[in-house]
Formats: sequence, structure tokens, C-alpha cells
Amino acid sequence: MILRRSCREAARLITARLDGPLPLADRVALRLHLMACDACPRFDRQMRWLHTAMGRWRASADAGALRENE
Amino acid sequence: MTDLSALLETLRPQLLRYARLQLRNPAWAEDAVSETLLAALEKPEAFAGRAQPKTWLIGILKHKLVDQVRRHARECSTGPDDEDGAVEEQLFDETGHFRERPADWGDPQASLGQQQFLAVLDACVEKLPNQLGRVFLMREWLELDTEEICKELAVTPTNLWVMLHRARLRLRECLQLNWFGERRTAP
Repeated sequence: MILRRSCREAARLITARLDGPLPLADRVALRLHLMACDACPRFDRQMRWLHTAMGRWRASADAGALRENE
Repeated sequence: MTDLSALLETLRPQLLRYARLQLRNPAWAEDAVSETLLAALEKPEAFAGRAQPKTWLIGILKHKLVDQVRRHARECSTGPDDEDGAVEEQLFDETGHFRERPADWGDPQASLGQQQFLAVLDACVEKLPNQLGRVFLMREWLELDTEEICKELAVTPTNLWVMLHRARLRLRECLQLNWFGERRTAP
């Protein structure tokens, strides 16, 4: 029972995963959820996408290429 | 020396825009930028000798921004606002399911290659509520790890976790709306 999570809870784990490894129970619960759910794997891909995009934003900001003329 | 000083002054507006985006406070941003320019003026040879002086300058700015956060941490509230939670309510129904299936955003490279995309993402970052924006950029731009952020802002890991989550949900929503197409969740 403790391993069954809603999409709402899974989404929190998915974003938390971007900042560091999850505790074991959460990791297992999330994996199970992703196997059984239609929506959350897409949300996961979106979050990774966003993470990649922010990497590009950061590179651009660091080079002084953002907000040059406003 | 006046040449360097004049050159640095031309960069001040852009540095200010960056600082305001991170700090969400004009006075703190002014301080951070002034300190940055002063530090640069103290090392004219370092500025002149670099292939990418702007990058070096922004590196200094980022340090000054962390200093400002530290200095003013107590003036920032220590936890998520209730209204920031609305984004989660929009996405999930009472049983915790997605109201609408998240869209397929395809290959990031297709979007990331477009200059326009960064401008849209940047605008979305700016639109984040102040507290969420501050925390999000501490993580994603200043690249502080979560423990450091908790320490600097005196917030609990749980509260930080919630704020980062909401910031990301909002960014996702903003991109969905402004880059990928129509809003996919209920208003």
C-alpha cells in the first residue's frame, strides 16, 4: 500500500529527482508508478526537457547573451 | 582607467536585469551590481586580458548575488505561499490524477536551436512569483545545491522541495502555453 502513489505524488518525486537521488522507497514507488501510468512518463520527459532547457538558459546567461537590450 | 570604467558602465543595465531576475528586489540588485563593477575596476588587467570579459564579469556578479541572498535571507519569507499551490490544483483532480495527459514536447534540440525559444523561457522565468523565482534560480543558475539553499534561506528541505516543485510546474505551464501551443489544463 505504501508503494502505491497518485500522479500528484509521483510528479513531486519526478521533480525532486532533478535535485538529487530519491530515498529507496520513493525510488521504487516511482518506478512502479511509471510502469503503470500513461501520463507520468510524459511528465517525466517534460521535466527532463525543462532541465535541459535551463542548462541552455544558464549557458546563455553566463555568456551575457540574455537580456542584452531591453 | 576611465575607458574601463566607461565600458563597465555600459554593461551595468544588463547586469542589473540579471540581478533583478535573481534577487527580485531592485535595491539589492543595485548593491550587487555596484559591488561587481567595483571588484572589476580593482582588476583592470584581469578584465582586459580575457577572451570573454563579460563572462568573467558575470561570474563575479553571481558571487555577489549569493552574498546578497545571504545578507537579506531573513527578509525573505521562509516557506511556500498558499496561493503558489494553485498550480498543483490546476493540474491534478481530487483523486490525484492528471486532469489532462501531458503533451509530448518532442526533441529538445528542435526548440533549443531557436533563439526565440530562449527568450520565451526567459520570460517564463521572470513571471515566476518572487519567492519561487529566487529559489529556482539559486538552484538552476547559481547552482547551489539544495542543502546550501536551505542553509542560506533558513528554510526546511520540505519547504524548499515544495517551492522548487511549484516553480517547475509553473514553468512547464508557461512553456506549454507560450511555446508549445494552447493551454492544456483547466483554467
